[in-house]
Amino acid sequence: MSVEEHFDAGSRVGEDRVPGAPHPERSLGEEIRGYVLGLALAIALTVAAFWAAGTHLIYGPGIAMAILVLAVAQMGIHLIFFLHITTDPDSTNNILALAFGVLAVCLIVFGSLWVMEHLNQSMPAMSEIRHLQP
Amino acid sequence: MSGALEVAGEALHSHASPVSGHGMGGPAPKRIIVGYGFWIFLLSDVVMFASFFAAYAVLFKNTAGGPSARDLFDLHNTAVQTGCLLLSTFTCGMAGLAVAERNMRWTQLMLLLTGLLGAAFLSLELHEFTGLVARGAGPTRSAFLSSFFTLVGCHGVHVTAGLLWLGTMMAQFQAKGFREDIRHRFLCFTLFWHALDIIWVGIFSLVYLVGTLPAEMLP
Repeated sequence: MSVEEHFDAGSRVGEDRVPGAPHPERSLGEEIRGYVLGLALAIALTVAAFWAAGTHLIYGPGIAMAILVLAVAQMGIHLIFFLHITTDPDSTNNILALAFGVLAVCLIVFGSLWVMEHLNQSMPAMSEIRHLQP
Repeated sequence: MSGALEVAGEALHSHASPVSGHGMGGPAPKRIIVGYGFWIFLLSDVVMFASFFAAYAVLFKNTAGGPSARDLFDLHNTAVQTGCLLLSTFTCGMAGLAVAERNMRWTQLMLLLTGLLGAAFLSLELHEFTGLVARGAGPTRSAFLSSFFTLVGCHGVHVTAGLLWLGTMMAQFQAKGFREDIRHRFLCFTLFWHALDIIWVGIFSLVYLVGTLPAEMLP
């Protein structure tokens, strides 16, 4: 029975993966193919976003949401193919830090939009404010 | 339980490296610690950008009677900028592979390409900014333009810092070779450069593409 089996639930200690570093077990050709595939997907998503912004084929008010979804998808492509963030046990620390970052980003962006929207709704119109002044 | 401890004790004595009190097998290698620490820093940088994004989203319609995003932005310029930065993030990845192969010529070539594409991106952005200021749409014109210049300008400052860092890396690889500490610095640089492109994806999508949609299509 080895130490690893006894004391470490996932990867062996000291074997964590660094984000952005080439995979240790892949050949150069496989690595290059990974980057080219990532680049192709990123270009496709970028072209799709620019196309969606100018098209009349999508329901107008849905276009903003379509662009947002394409942006999130492209960020995912960058994380997987360029930063090499995977679901490996070796990558758990990176994923956990990323998850916390995403949580903070969502709280800041959607929280601000939510609060400010309600403030705008609760605020009396400018004409009413002038009326209140002596 | 005591059996497990005995096994652990034997394993400790037979382990090659001295036990340092950081857990079984000692602390993680320096490369892991450096990379992970820089990853945490990048995430904090992303959180900072998130607050600028939030400010832009909130202030977007507050044009104070001045020009709106739809009046100002040229999407052709944005498309070329996006292409430059995307290609530069690809060549930066290629430079990373060249460093892993210890190939100096390809490393320098790919870093040079990365730098040229980054400089092209930056000059397009400066061109856009000076054009906006010349048209009277500078950061002091409205809350919308203040938040725009803060968000996009902050990204531009990051790219500028990245270019300086990139030049330093090229010089250090040339002068000192593929030394371990230089490779650690380079790993952080590639992370930084990839993260800048991820933030740019948010900027071109939300600031430029969604920003220039006709008013009736906006949420």
